[in-house]
Amino acid sequence: MNRVAIVGASMTEFGDRDAWVRELLAEAGDACLDDAGVAGDELDHLYVSNMASGEFEGQTGVPNALAHDLNAIGAYTARIDQTSSSGGAGIYAAWQSVASGASDLTMLVGGEKMTHRSTGEATDVIASLTHPVEYKHGVTLPSFAGLTARKYLDEYDAPRESLGKVAVKNHRNGVDNPHAQFRKEVDLETVLDSPVVADPLRLYDFCPITDGSAALLFCPEDVASEYTDDYVVVSGIGGATDTHVVHEREDPTTMGGVVDSSEIAYEMAGLGPDDVDVAELHDMFTILEFLQSEDLGFFEKGEGWKAIEDGVTDRDGELPINTSGGLKSKGHPLGASGVAQAYEIYQQLLGDAGPRQVECEVGLACNVGGFGNCVTTTILEQP
Amino acid sequence: MTDDDQSFDAHRCPNGHLSYPGHTRCPDCGEKQTETVDLADRTATVVTWTTSNATPPGVREPNHLAIVEFDVDGEAVRALGQLTTADDVDIGDEVEPVYAEELREPGVGIREPDSQEWDGYRFEPV
Repeated sequence: MNRVAIVGASMTEFGDRDAWVRELLAEAGDACLDDAGVAGDELDHLYVSNMASGEFEGQTGVPNALAHDLNAIGAYTARIDQTSSSGGAGIYAAWQSVASGASDLTMLVGGEKMTHRSTGEATDVIASLTHPVEYKHGVTLPSFAGLTARKYLDEYDAPRESLGKVAVKNHRNGVDNPHAQFRKEVDLETVLDSPVVADPLRLYDFCPITDGSAALLFCPEDVASEYTDDYVVVSGIGGATDTHVVHEREDPTTMGGVVDSSEIAYEMAGLGPDDVDVAELHDMFTILEFLQSEDLGFFEKGEGWKAIEDGVTDRDGELPINTSGGLKSKGHPLGASGVAQAYEIYQQLLGDAGPRQVECEVGLACNVGGFGNCVTTTILEQP
Repeated sequence: MTDDDQSFDAHRCPNGHLSYPGHTRCPDCGEKQTETVDLADRTATVVTWTTSNATPPGVREPNHLAIVEFDVDGEAVRALGQLTTADDVDIGDEVEPVYAEELREPGVGIREPDSQEWDGYRFEPV
């Protein structure tokens, strides 16, 4: 099995964009080719991570469109849909294509165009991933977050304020990310006084609806230096599912897919949670940062909230989490998010994160689909 | 739909495991599920609840929701559903299922109306 390197990366500005999905994908793809100095027709495989271009925009067949736009005609293409974790699943597919020897050069582009839809419509497209017995009750992903947050606060005696502090931290980090949708600090009072969306969670506990795209270029490590001196290695990757029906989980405050996927990734990398220097977690809702930080083994179950209280996960803390601003302030263009998480870790490991830079040799990205329904955990390292 | 058709079925495998909804194979042991147990006349305990204010097209607003747990002869089975009210509801409270013909308006959201049922049970504090 080839060891896999990432030799190029890019992301577009995230936010309310005029561009449609085809244009967003081409923008990130083009920039990624430029970053690595390769031409489109050098690509063996081209994957697109995208959840719902057909539902949002009536545009299907996006990998083929992208191959044509980038002059990658002839490349093997596929669209990777794993809902919100399509980006992580795309990393898995791209890694697999190179590790197996099937491709010597694979590009992954994740992207989604969402903001032309109303909040209700976008929420419904995303909620369509639920089981019929969930969907008929009008359940949404934010309402799963409300249900889980109440249980978590009750079970572990955590203060409501601790969730608000996740939003405050990630907004503060996002100020220094030129690609972020929101580059504005918020104070705890603003978070705690914002409108209730899914009791006990409020507006600032949720990520926004976003357009955007991000890309990564993969090749075998033994030829990486032919493209660049600055590359990172995918040292561990794991994917796993949990139940489709959320209420069937034995412990509503544990994400089994995070536990299982990270165990696979740690084992492949020969590392453990204590070896991780920086992490991008899927903070679609503030409560998810606690659940993932516990289920990845960074903190004991029920203690994730104490880390934010103690500043452990701040940019200058022991384990910085979401230095990019997270989905919370950077935005969450579904298919792009997992790719953009890895983009941040890539920048951190190369020392290219500017004012967001932290000291690191090992970074981890955890991309969650549904409400923990499917998860990919990726560990990146300096070579 | 007549009263005779109303049921709130959990599904059981030969090893006695229950799930709601049913699955082709038991999520606990992988055996094929072979029988159903009607939950409609039983009470359940609130595991957690929320009030959702940003609801999609065709869904009531606010939408009170709960995950509840039934105890069927010592075997636990959970369900998610709307609450009739969020007043004085808390974790650990007892609720009972109440039938509703239409939980959300079919055909307004993205889901194909004929692909699933739209009636079901809300939970009412006992």
